[in-house]
Amino acid sequence: MSIEIAFLTIFILSIFVGFEVVSKVSTILHTPLMSGANAIHGVILVGAIIVTGHADNNLELVLGLFAIVLATINMVGGFVVTDRMLELFKSKKSNKVGEKK
Amino acid sequence: MTPAWSQLANLGAALAFILALKALSSPKTARLGNRIGAVGAIAAVAIVFFSESNLKHLTLILIAVAIGTIVGYVAAKRVQMTQMPQMVALFNGVGGGAAMAVSSIEFLKSGTTDGFVALFATVFTVVIGSISFTGSIVTFLKLQELMTSRPVVLPFGRFITIGTAIATLVMSVYLLISPENWALWTLVGLSLVMGILFVLPVGGADVPIVISLLNAFTGLSVAASGYVLDNVLLLVAGTLVGASGTLLTQLMAKAMGRPLTATLFGAFTARATTAATSAVDRPVKSAGPTDIAIMLAYASKVIIVPGYGLAVAQAQQSLRELVDLLISKGVEVEYAIHPVAGRMPGHMNVLLAEADVPYEQLKEMDEINSEFASATVAVVVGANDVVNPAARTDKTSPIFGMPILNADQAEQVVFMKRSMRPGFAGVENELLFNDKTTLLFGDAKDSLSKVVSAVKSM
Repeated sequence: MSIEIAFLTIFILSIFVGFEVVSKVSTILHTPLMSGANAIHGVILVGAIIVTGHADNNLELVLGLFAIVLATINMVGGFVVTDRMLELFKSKKSNKVGEKK
Repeated sequence: MTPAWSQLANLGAALAFILALKALSSPKTARLGNRIGAVGAIAAVAIVFFSESNLKHLTLILIAVAIGTIVGYVAAKRVQMTQMPQMVALFNGVGGGAAMAVSSIEFLKSGTTDGFVALFATVFTVVIGSISFTGSIVTFLKLQELMTSRPVVLPFGRFITIGTAIATLVMSVYLLISPENWALWTLVGLSLVMGILFVLPVGGADVPIVISLLNAFTGLSVAASGYVLDNVLLLVAGTLVGASGTLLTQLMAKAMGRPLTATLFGAFTARATTAATSAVDRPVKSAGPTDIAIMLAYASKVIIVPGYGLAVAQAQQSLRELVDLLISKGVEVEYAIHPVAGRMPGHMNVLLAEADVPYEQLKEMDEINSEFASATVAVVVGANDVVNPAARTDKTSPIFGMPILNADQAEQVVFMKRSMRPGFAGVENELLFNDKTTLLFGDAKDSLSKVVSAVKSM
């Protein structure tokens, strides 16, 4: 099997998995789910590190470091903000509201 | 080729992402799901440092990661829950920007040597990543109200947009045939402009759908860059987000009764959704906090319709206080949550949860709509568009077709509003001028605490 076909197979299967896993989401979780999915594509950081690690000139290096900063913001910020949202759903009883402000 | 152990570890990370999305769709497991996703992502990044041989510039890379971590963490911790939609938009945009930059670098390095499919994937990432980058920034500016949330229509906007779209397409094809660096940069520039033009004509009410759509876009561009870099994890993660994001966008559009195509191609048809605001001088009935307090305390059933204005005024606490007080007086009180109350589906649930409002009192639209007819008073706090009957009757209204809460069927309606200004969608609300409607003007927090003390002194 050529690498193109292998990638195409993975791509198509992933589409179905992606559809399937979120198909039963309730309305109240739309926002956290979108935010969580948003954090997951922050994994482009992996790609950014690879290309920057092999940068041969300053242009590639600067562009790569720029990509790393952006991707890390996407990933870290995304997961943290999603966690903050979901925290509100969960620990309602022990939650002391006054402390937050 | 990367070592087998790292490929297996990447499979583990991919599985973590699938489990994360699955768990995020159910209230009980959502928080755990998010953490599984985070662990998968951290593991994936750690793997790269060990599996990729001869990574250069290691110190600089680590510094860049540190900067990104600090900025992302602080921004996510500091942001107010009311401003969270635009934060998500911004995080999404920078992800798109990163994907675009990664594919551009790979293009500069290998050019045509990777073959046609890789070149195609590069062009795709550059175009979609750039659109997501600038598009998300414009959405951020709109939601943060750093620019108008109304649709912006440039003179000849339609022709500019169509022209840019054609130019982007032509340049994409040119780059596929003749991969030269200048063509890449031109394409980047055109796509960045395209992103701005795409989002400018989108009206306030459609912005959440656009955020979700751009989120799916970024996912797809990450998937394509996975192909460019021969990295299966990026391909899987990006595709998962692209697919689930597309479905989520459809679900949202459905919940809001907005045809997705209207949002998508708004830029091309340039039909601005600005409504006439003619009815400013018409008489309305307004009352003081004491009158409202009496009305509520002697009601048998009260339904609260909270909106974004409530959250802006940080009045969730005062609202809960009023509701608790009314319940202790034997009034039946429930909250009616419109699917897009706040700025995004589920946003209002987050905001009310922050104020410790019990889950059981929150009723979704389908559940509560039949109950309005038996309600003594419907109290609309800082909401407007979601109770606008024009969505049912007025075919020319930009919100026509959007499912609304039947507040107008209650015996009496109370609006707590800051002013007569129309809602986010920029449409006049006929319900404000209805005979059974009473208005209480003022800041929501202020009004609510006045009503609370009036009820207490009764």
